[in-house]
Amino acid sequence: MEAKLRGHAHKYGRNVDTDVIIPGKYCNIIDPAELGKHALEGLDPEYTGRMQAGDVIVADTNFGCGSSREVAPIAIKGSGTSAVIAKSFARIFYRNALNIGLPIFESAEAVDGIESGDEIEVEPESGVIRNITKNATYRAAEFPPFMRSLIDAGGLVPYVERRLAEKAT
Amino acid sequence: MGMTLTEKILARHCGLERVEPGQIVNATVDLVLANELSAAVAIGVMRGMKGASRVFDPSRIALVADHFVPAKDAQSAMLAKLMKDFAAEQQIEHFFDVGRGGIEHVVLPEEGLVAPGELIVGGDSHTCTYGAFGAFATGMGSTDIAAAFALGEVWLKVPASIKLVYSGKPGPMVYAKDIMLRTVGELGIDGATYRAIEYHGTTVDELSITGRITMANMAIEAGAKNGIFHADEKTIAYVKERTDRPFIVERADADAVYERVISIDIGSLEPQVACPHTPDNVHPISEVTREDLPVDQVFIGSCTNGYIDDLRVVAKILEGKRVASNLRVIVNPGSQKVWMQAADEGILTTLAAAGCAVNTPGCGACFGGHMGTLGDGERAISTTNRNYVGRMGSPKAEIYLASPATCAASAIAGRITDPRVLEYVAS
Repeated sequence: MEAKLRGHAHKYGRNVDTDVIIPGKYCNIIDPAELGKHALEGLDPEYTGRMQAGDVIVADTNFGCGSSREVAPIAIKGSGTSAVIAKSFARIFYRNALNIGLPIFESAEAVDGIESGDEIEVEPESGVIRNITKNATYRAAEFPPFMRSLIDAGGLVPYVERRLAEKAT
Repeated sequence: MGMTLTEKILARHCGLERVEPGQIVNATVDLVLANELSAAVAIGVMRGMKGASRVFDPSRIALVADHFVPAKDAQSAMLAKLMKDFAAEQQIEHFFDVGRGGIEHVVLPEEGLVAPGELIVGGDSHTCTYGAFGAFATGMGSTDIAAAFALGEVWLKVPASIKLVYSGKPGPMVYAKDIMLRTVGELGIDGATYRAIEYHGTTVDELSITGRITMANMAIEAGAKNGIFHADEKTIAYVKERTDRPFIVERADADAVYERVISIDIGSLEPQVACPHTPDNVHPISEVTREDLPVDQVFIGSCTNGYIDDLRVVAKILEGKRVASNLRVIVNPGSQKVWMQAADEGILTTLAAAGCAVNTPGCGACFGGHMGTLGDGERAISTTNRNYVGRMGSPKAEIYLASPATCAASAIAGRITDPRVLEYVAS
């Protein structure tokens, strides 16, 4: 079982694209901690200075649109951000986030209910999101069964290893 | 009940009679693409996978150095070297280094690596470009690409399809780029998320291959998983000139089910411009030029508009003229072959004589990497595909997206200009 995720919310609007999550000039970096120093730099240059480990990014629709750069979720994770809650995610970002182990949750009610600075706690298994500041509880959309099975298997890498073993026999 | 073109290709690649939107399938891939940025991360992931010491098929992987090339700095050089060493170690057949390739999406079709009915995944969001050839092609992140390197398979959710039906003949100075900008404006940047876009209609039947490339390339700008055209005689002739590999031309069934059908008449379409800071903030040029918008940089190039047809349009407009003194013009032919063709036709000399800087092929300027980065307060008009905050450099810069003709006209006038008034501009 994964531990609960807990931290303060940093709230943004819709269409937070990968160019602002990690600007192109940093895409020649592959070290997660180094990438983490520039997370959200194009949108909120003070984010990494202000945030504390465990904090949660909250955003409206279409989070992560644009480029397929996997360094976008890697940068968010590398910054110490514990999760992203959005009304919806762009397709490639969604796959990338799950593949690299950045917890992401879809919940319109959470996004509408949470304000910047609220203290948030997320139970990754159940998808229950608690707003400790406002004493409210929200639910994240369940992962589709296939995604759930990938997550439960430990991500795409163990899944591929199993497929490779099957093919070898 | 019939299947869409995307469903047909996916069904064949997972050995099923039929597939339906929402279904998760495990599909075999015909080609896996990566550039030095996505490859560097993917190679690291693959090295950590038990049982994945070799790629599934060295002839079905294409590696192209194009983002930070020629290397911007030591860090960028290291990523390119990592990919080059991997290519040598794995005996990758299709490895394109600086001077022998160019922008991945320009290079792959040129080299005959894309054919109708194929399934292609790439570590770059503009992999959807190959839909221009009737292939299913989609962009993915590096971990998915590592999985495809190792397995030759990917898992996919079958997307529902949106059918776009274009009618009408484009007016003067209206190009595929204008049609696609209008389309992105209409759909919105998340209007096709998780969907396939299937392009139909008399307008696109008449389009050149490069026009279709421009349109398929920007399917991702509406959030789409892929954008696809039916292959026709033009497509088949283009592909057969470049490869002997057999391929299967798929067609959507007459009774295929589409989530939406949208008709777009372009008979009265003006040149279009995507204004800052999203590619769906699209307006007709006559609206945009109501405001005087002086420009600091004009950029011609990219996987959207870095083709020989695009350079011909620009050269025709700039021939015998000088670009305005208040701006700089940077031109990146999309590939080494495009560069050589443009040299043969005298286009590079025409552009240089007009005051343009002609670069070697690469993605740098388009994504704010290098070789054309914008500074604070600068305004650019560009033939590229994205204008998000900071896309081409400073987050305090403004990017307008337009066709090569609109960019060339703006280069002469020094401000964002309607290419249909070129005679006026010249006088």
